[in-house]
Amino acid sequence: MSVCVDPPWQKRHHCRPFSQGRVWVFMKILVAVKRVLDANVKVRVKADGSGMELANAKMAMNPFCEIAVEQAVRMKEAGQAGEIIAVSIGPQACQEQLRTALALGCDRGILVTAEGEIAPLQVAKMLRELVEREDAGLVILGKQSIDSDNNQVGQMLAALAGMGQGTFACKAELADGRILVTREIDGGEQTVSLKLPAVITTDLRLNEPRYASLPNIMKAKRKPIEQLTPADLNVDTDSNLKTLRVSPPAERAAGVVVESVEDLVGKLRNEARVI
Amino acid sequence: MSILVVAEHDNHELRPATLNAVSCAREIASHLENSAIHLLVTGHDCATVADAGAAIAGIGKVIQADAAFLGRQLPEDMAPLLRELAGNYSHVLAPASTTGKNFMPRLAALLDVTQISDISAVESADTFVRPIYAGNALATVQSSDPVKVITVRATAFDAGETGSDRAPITSFEFSIEQDLSRFVSENLSVSERPELTSASVVISGGRGMQNGENFVLLEKIADKLNAAVGASRAAVDAGFAPNDMQVGQTGKIVAPDLYIAVGISGAIQHLAGMKDSKVIVAINKDAEAPIFQVADFGLVADLFKALPELEQAL
Repeated sequence: MSVCVDPPWQKRHHCRPFSQGRVWVFMKILVAVKRVLDANVKVRVKADGSGMELANAKMAMNPFCEIAVEQAVRMKEAGQAGEIIAVSIGPQACQEQLRTALALGCDRGILVTAEGEIAPLQVAKMLRELVEREDAGLVILGKQSIDSDNNQVGQMLAALAGMGQGTFACKAELADGRILVTREIDGGEQTVSLKLPAVITTDLRLNEPRYASLPNIMKAKRKPIEQLTPADLNVDTDSNLKTLRVSPPAERAAGVVVESVEDLVGKLRNEARVI
Repeated sequence: MSILVVAEHDNHELRPATLNAVSCAREIASHLENSAIHLLVTGHDCATVADAGAAIAGIGKVIQADAAFLGRQLPEDMAPLLRELAGNYSHVLAPASTTGKNFMPRLAALLDVTQISDISAVESADTFVRPIYAGNALATVQSSDPVKVITVRATAFDAGETGSDRAPITSFEFSIEQDLSRFVSENLSVSERPELTSASVVISGGRGMQNGENFVLLEKIADKLNAAVGASRAAVDAGFAPNDMQVGQTGKIVAPDLYIAVGISGAIQHLAGMKDSKVIVAINKDAEAPIFQVADFGLVADLFKALPELEQAL
């Protein structure tokens, strides 16, 4: 807690005061949320190879971003943060995902309107500008979006903002003015201690996101959403990485149903020759 | 211009994914003129790794950056180190492991270039194929950046060979003072079994296993087949298995010769992690489970009966 309880006259560069009972809680958390195709919807490649068939498809908040929002809300509920700002970059329709974030407990939203696919580097540049403007003490993002599967923005933002990064987090807690982040790595888990402000990207086991209650959904309608453009943030959205075409993956040939374990072992030994 | 491959290792052993990344580099080099491939080994007391790297076919030089602070390969150290070297290279490659995925985007941002994630094929020196939407589509992307920063899907490239020729090893001195990040602790799974991402046989359990204790049924079979044991996200979320066993879109990508899915329904995100396996076996009591659509051999059966039978039959 020590990072957040300095009295207002000792204001830290990344903190602005909020009074919460008798404790002064300053830290602002910035959470990034992305609008993606709903994880349960099966998606097809467009016949002309220009992209995915997304017209009229059900869209949702990227599942890893839901975990990021939940983490921020839990930290605020624990008295560790003063304000949560949700940011989304994309078309006007991203308002829906921002409203969801507000219904889940974020205080206000920022929508940076941009059409088409915005590359991770450009997203990171816009977020960096917002982190600076808002004096955010912590930035929480999903580790990857389930559409472009890039897994880049958090790391890039940390680099551009000169912050430490706790990627693929399954645990995060404030301790002695720093944040301890436990990360899911290939061999198991690793814990790092980051100086604040810092960037965290969420893995699946960080928390289980809540559902928004109806009263909170109603309340969220009155929370403010500021609208900006990439130009307002001095970012050019052109990327040096162009998608030339999108194609469906090779189909697997239909398999066979075997009747028994014996049958299965026979086929693996004699037909497939893999055991 | 040359290609730099960042070695994946634990300061003692070179991880197999490095060999796949070198194969990818050789494919890129085949589209370039006079392009050498250098291997970067950063770590602490990692001379054995540098030695092993020097024997990989196609490597022209090993660069060893050895210092105590590099022992954990924190991205806050790795990215500035790589930035120092990147100017000499047209491509910087690393396996798309949790280590590579951690520092490579940070490097790209420092260089003000895009990063190309998890490529599965090389079309030319600047055009690559990568899976998107959990592998339900393949995007062909072209980069016009001066340095291409790339993470490589190891299962999509053959493992490079090691030979008797030895590349020279040079050392690279680098120092940085940063307090952004400090290593605190590590909790690594210890297993006698082959590593999940490079095993030639993998047997995975899903929610159908009902609890963590029942994974012993899979382990018995794994022992007979010298297989690695994996798990679906549902099984990991339910606490049946640790996170490092998760196979899927956001877990580990595997492509063994034989993949046996037990009690796994076959959610899109699980299929994304295993559907490039050569032979897929599904054992599930629900004949409608989507896993059967990708299986070469499907057995509709109660796994608690089928697994002991399978163990007997092997």
